[in-house]
Amino acid sequence: MPETIEMLNALTLFSNFVLIPGLAYGSQLALGALGVTLVFGILRFANFAHGDLMAFGTMVTILMTWWLQSLGVSISPLPTALIALPIGIIVTALFAVATDKAVFSFYRLKKSPPVILTIASIGVMFMMNAIVRFIIGPNDQRFYDGEKFLMKAREFKQLTGLDEGLSIRYTQVLTVVVALVVVIALFWFLQRSRTGKAMRAFSDNEDLALLSGINPDRVVLITWIIAAALATIAGVLYGMDKSFKPFTYFQLLLPIFAAAIVGGIGHPVGAVVGGYVVAFSEVMVTYAYKKVFVYVLPEDWQPEGLSQLLSTDYKFAVSFIILVVVLLIKPTGLFKGKVIK
Amino acid sequence: MSKFRAPLVFLIMAGMLVFVGVYQSWSVSLSILGMCLISAVMALGVNIQWGYAGLFNAGVMGFTAIGGVAAVLVSYPPVKEAWSAGGGGIGISLLIMLVMSAIIYFSLKLLPKGKLRGLLIFIVLLLGLYVARQFFYPAVSSIESVDSAVSGFLGGMGLPILFSWIVGGVLAAAVAWAIGKVALGLRSDYLAIATLGISEIVIAVIKNEDWLTRGVKNVTGLKRPVPLEAELQQEEWFISLVSRFNESKLAAISDADAKAEMLRSLVIEGSGIFVKLCYAGLFAVVLLIVLALSIRALNSPWGRMMRAIRDNDEAASAMGKDIKKRHLQVFILGSAVIGIAGAMLTTLDGQLTPTSYQPLRFTFLVWVMVIVGGSGNNLGAVFGGFLIWFMWIEAEPIAIVLMSFVTSGMAETSALKSHLIESAPHLRLFLMGLLLLFVLRFSPKGILPEKVRHS
Repeated sequence: MPETIEMLNALTLFSNFVLIPGLAYGSQLALGALGVTLVFGILRFANFAHGDLMAFGTMVTILMTWWLQSLGVSISPLPTALIALPIGIIVTALFAVATDKAVFSFYRLKKSPPVILTIASIGVMFMMNAIVRFIIGPNDQRFYDGEKFLMKAREFKQLTGLDEGLSIRYTQVLTVVVALVVVIALFWFLQRSRTGKAMRAFSDNEDLALLSGINPDRVVLITWIIAAALATIAGVLYGMDKSFKPFTYFQLLLPIFAAAIVGGIGHPVGAVVGGYVVAFSEVMVTYAYKKVFVYVLPEDWQPEGLSQLLSTDYKFAVSFIILVVVLLIKPTGLFKGKVIK
Repeated sequence: MSKFRAPLVFLIMAGMLVFVGVYQSWSVSLSILGMCLISAVMALGVNIQWGYAGLFNAGVMGFTAIGGVAAVLVSYPPVKEAWSAGGGGIGISLLIMLVMSAIIYFSLKLLPKGKLRGLLIFIVLLLGLYVARQFFYPAVSSIESVDSAVSGFLGGMGLPILFSWIVGGVLAAAVAWAIGKVALGLRSDYLAIATLGISEIVIAVIKNEDWLTRGVKNVTGLKRPVPLEAELQQEEWFISLVSRFNESKLAAISDADAKAEMLRSLVIEGSGIFVKLCYAGLFAVVLLIVLALSIRALNSPWGRMMRAIRDNDEAASAMGKDIKKRHLQVFILGSAVIGIAGAMLTTLDGQLTPTSYQPLRFTFLVWVMVIVGGSGNNLGAVFGGFLIWFMWIEAEPIAIVLMSFVTSGMAETSALKSHLIESAPHLRLFLMGLLLLFVLRFSPKGILPEKVRHS
C-alpha cells in the first residue's frame, strides 16, 4: 500500500523535526518554569535572575566536568557532566541561599511589595551575569562528551526501508528521561512529604501556615534549594543538547516565564504543561511543512512555498504571542494559577 | 541640606565630566556627555511610568528601537526602484489588513456575543491573512532584490533627521497605545514580563523585515543634524576660530611650516569636539523641554492624581478616577519620551544596527538609572541617567586598571592573569547590580528622593 508508506514517511519527518526536538526543548523549559513557579508561589515575586541562575549552575557543572575530564574520569557512553551535576547543584544551591540571605530576606521581612523584590532580582541578575561572564567568558562552550546518536537517520532508513530518516540524539533521550525523573520526584515530594505539604500550605495561605507552626525560614530555604537544583538541571540539559552561552541563558528567561504563566503561575503541573505548550508552539510555528505536505497531500493540492508560518527568527516572539493570548482569554493560565497583589 | 542636594550632586557630576576631560580627553568626556543626555531623557520616560504611576515597563528596549526606526524612515532618501518594484504590493496588503481589522472591529462592536461571531472573526482573520500574503511576499522579495548590497528596502522620506525625534515619539506612542490596551490590565509583574516579551518581538520584527529596515544588514550613513567634521575642517571661519582659541600655543612656535602643521592638527581635533558640542547642545534642548514639561505635569493636579492612583488605586477609584484610562495615558506619554530618546540615539550613531539592541543595556540599565537616581523625582531620574551612564563607560578602564593592580604580583605568562585582565570589562555589570541593590536597600528612594509635600 503506497498510501501507508507515504503517511509513515510524513510521520517520520514530522517526528524528526518537530516531535522529538519539541519534546526535549519542552522538558528543558518545564524544568526552568518549575523553578520560576516555585519561587513565585512561595516567595511571591517574579525572579528575573532565574535565567542567570541557570547559567551559573551550568557554569559550575562545566568547570567540574573539565576538571573530571582532566583527571581522566569518564562514564562513556554517558556524558561526564552527569557526575559533575550533583556538585553543580550543591554549589548553586549554596549560592542561591546566600543570595537570598544577602538580598531577598531583607525585603521579605519588611513585607515589601512584590515589585520591589522583582527590582532587587534585576540587581541580582546583573551581578550573576557578571560573575558568569567573568569566570567562564561570554563565548560558546561545548561540554558534552557522551555518545552522539542513539539512532542515526541512515540506520533508521535501513531498518524500516522508509525514504525519510529519524535521528535520535542521546542528549534528547537523556533530557526527557532526566526531566521525567525529576518531575516525578518533585511531585512526590510536594504531595507526600511533610516539608512538601508545608510548602504547599505556605504557598496557599502564608498566615494560616504560620499559625499552624510551619517554620517559614525552613520553607524558604528548601524552596531556594529546589529552585537552584531545577535551574542547574535545566541549564545543564539545555547546554548538553545545544551549547552553553551566557547570553542565550539570559534569553531563555522569556520562554520560561511564558511557560510558567501559560500554565498558571504558582502551579507546578501548569509549569510542566506550559513548558511543552510553549516549546511545541515555537517548533511547530517555525517549521517548514513543505516536505510533509509533499507526502500527505495529492499532487495538485501541494503548496508552492515552504509552508512556514513564521521565520525561525520569530521563535521568541511565538512564546509571547501565546502568553498574551492566554493572559487575555484566561488570565490565571490554563490551570488556575494564583493572583498575588 | 535637602534644598542644596540637587545642585550639589549635579555639580559633582559636572566635576567628574571635567575631570575626564582634563585627564583622559575632552573628546571622551563630550561623547559621554552626549550619551548621558540621551540616557537622562530615557530615564525621564521610565520615571513617568514607574515614578508617577507605578507601571513596571520592562520593554524600554522596544520603544528605543522604534525611535531608531523612525530616524531611518524619516531621514533616509526614498529608494525609487524599490517603491516601483514592490510599493504597490505592500500597499495593497496593508490595505487588506486594514479592511480586515475594520471588519473585525465593527463585528465586535455590532454583532451579539456568541459562537457565530467568533467563527466569523476567525474566518475573516484567516481569509484576510491569506489574501494579504499573496500580495505581500512577492512584493517583499522584489523589494529586497533591488540592489540588495546597498539598499534592498523602501527607504524613508528623505526629510531632515531632526523631524524623526518627533516622529519617533509619535510612533512609540502609537505602539504603546496598542500594547497598553492589551497589557495594562495585568498585575505589575505580569506587565513587566509582557512588556519584556513585546520588546523582544519589536526587535525580531526590525531584524527580519528587511523591506522596511534592511534587517541585520543595518542602515548606515544617515543624515546628520550637524556639519560633518571633514567639511568643517575646510571652513574659513572655523579655522580662524580654532587659531583664536589657541593663540598662545601657536604664538610660541616660530617656524611657519610647523605652525601650519600645528594648526591643522588643532583644527582636526577641534572639529571633533565642535561636532560633539553641537550634538550635546541639541540633546540638552530636548532634555530641558521634556524635563520642564515633566516637572510641570508632576506638580499639576494631574500629577497629584497620578500619585494618588499609584499609592492607593482603590481609594482613587472610589474618588471617581478612571484608573485604566489614566494608566494608559501615562504609559503612552512615557513611551513617547523613550521613543524620542531612541531616535536621538540613532541620530547620534548615524546608523541603525538592530543587533545592538540588548535588554541588559537598553531596558535594565535604564531601570538602574531611575531607581538609583530617585524614582518619582524628575531631577533624580536625570541625575541617575548621567551618573549610571558615566559609570557604565568609566567602569571599564577602572576595572582594567584595578585588575592589573590585583594581578601585578602574578607571573607575566600566567594564564589566570591574562584571563582576569581580559574579563575585567564584565565587572561593570557587577558594579551596576551592586549599585542597584545598595541603593534599593539603604536608600530606597534613590539619591534624589521624591519630594512629598504635606500641607
